[in-house]
Amino acid sequence: MNYTFQFGDVFAAWPDLLQGAWLTIRLSLYAMVLGLLVAITCAVGKTGGPRPIRWLINAYIEVVRNTPFLVQIFFVYFGLPAAGIRVSADTAALIAMVVNVGAYATEIIRAGIESISRGQIEAGLALNLSKFKVFRHIVLKPALRTVYPALTSQFILLMLTSAVVSAISADDLTSVAANLQSTTFRSFEIYIVVTGIYLLMAMAFSFLFRVIYRISFNYPDRR
Amino acid sequence: MREFGINEVWFIVAAVRWTLLLSIIAFAGGIVGGLVIALSRTSEIKALRVAAMAFIQVFQGTPLLMQLFLVFFGAPLLGWDLNPWVAAAIALMLNASAFLGEIWRGCIQAVPRGQWEAAEALGLHYKSRMRFVVLPQAFKIALPPTVGFLVQLIKGTSLAAIIGFVELTRAGQIINNATFEPFLVFGLVAAVYFVLCWPLSLLAARMERRYAAALAR
Repeated sequence: MNYTFQFGDVFAAWPDLLQGAWLTIRLSLYAMVLGLLVAITCAVGKTGGPRPIRWLINAYIEVVRNTPFLVQIFFVYFGLPAAGIRVSADTAALIAMVVNVGAYATEIIRAGIESISRGQIEAGLALNLSKFKVFRHIVLKPALRTVYPALTSQFILLMLTSAVVSAISADDLTSVAANLQSTTFRSFEIYIVVTGIYLLMAMAFSFLFRVIYRISFNYPDRR
Repeated sequence: MREFGINEVWFIVAAVRWTLLLSIIAFAGGIVGGLVIALSRTSEIKALRVAAMAFIQVFQGTPLLMQLFLVFFGAPLLGWDLNPWVAAAIALMLNASAFLGEIWRGCIQAVPRGQWEAAEALGLHYKSRMRFVVLPQAFKIALPPTVGFLVQLIKGTSLAAIIGFVELTRAGQIINNATFEPFLVFGLVAAVYFVLCWPLSLLAARMERRYAAALAR
């Protein structure tokens, strides 16, 4: 092997890389929050809703989980304009990410909700708590705590999968890398560095999630 | 602008053979690599455990797309000129090895401790202990998550489209560029993936329920 590595061009472009990484982080954070809301709504619908609703939610989950994310992105990005709705690549990417992670997270949260025992809920109602309060404090919070590890690894997976949104040229980290590649031709060096950035971001997210766990669920487990 | 007719449908549906072939090759390679990783992760030699751990960390902590690019652009530096097809197969194999290795490590460690000790007490060496006592039991536990992972692998082959290999997703992209019927085209592409993946998902879920029921008894 007589190839000489040259990282000069790659490091010279660090502001662009940083900007790309920042967009990846922002997209992922928005998608996590919105996806969590979608998932909580769907999980409630699936555990307590009427049959047609449950059926619809199931169809949504199965379709999303059994088709590739790349196809979902193409569907959103090319499909919305065809339906008369104009969206930027970044918005299309966010929509696809929310739809995708929502389906996976629904199943995770549903499992958490189903792990709450009936007696807990009845006890809450007997104490004259409102239905909403029972749901928020007695069902949702312990459920989220139970499934927290699965949920957060799904979120990190989402961040990694978001590299695929470069296929519709959203301005994420991978897109920046692809642009950089077409001007410097240092493909291997660029992708080594960018892969390293993704690895760092995955570790940073996992650290962030541990901190959030300590803050939000810092009470002894009574089960 | 071309019409979306029977030829276009056929072009897309026929491309499924490349998706299938890629999945099968990656799965086969992943089985071999995954076994090596799983055995290294549970080995008694620390260096092996650390190396396998690092391999898993890197492959589970970075995007599959980056792994694909690194193989695709990195191989020429080693003097191999890979076409997208071989690059995709290698990257997917490595990725599958890491994921299957981690899944199977869990399964090997789920075999009750007493079984290991009993095998050791019977004077079995590491090799026979693994082969006759631990692995057959781990195999049963491993079956549902392995089938589940196969769905992830089939979906992963879609990324080969990005480096220009014409499989199912790329075929859809080509037809969409010519016809601009995104709902029909990507609806059809999604439907084909669904037909491949859904039975596997159902099978995995069914096996998991049966296994849970067997444990509860």
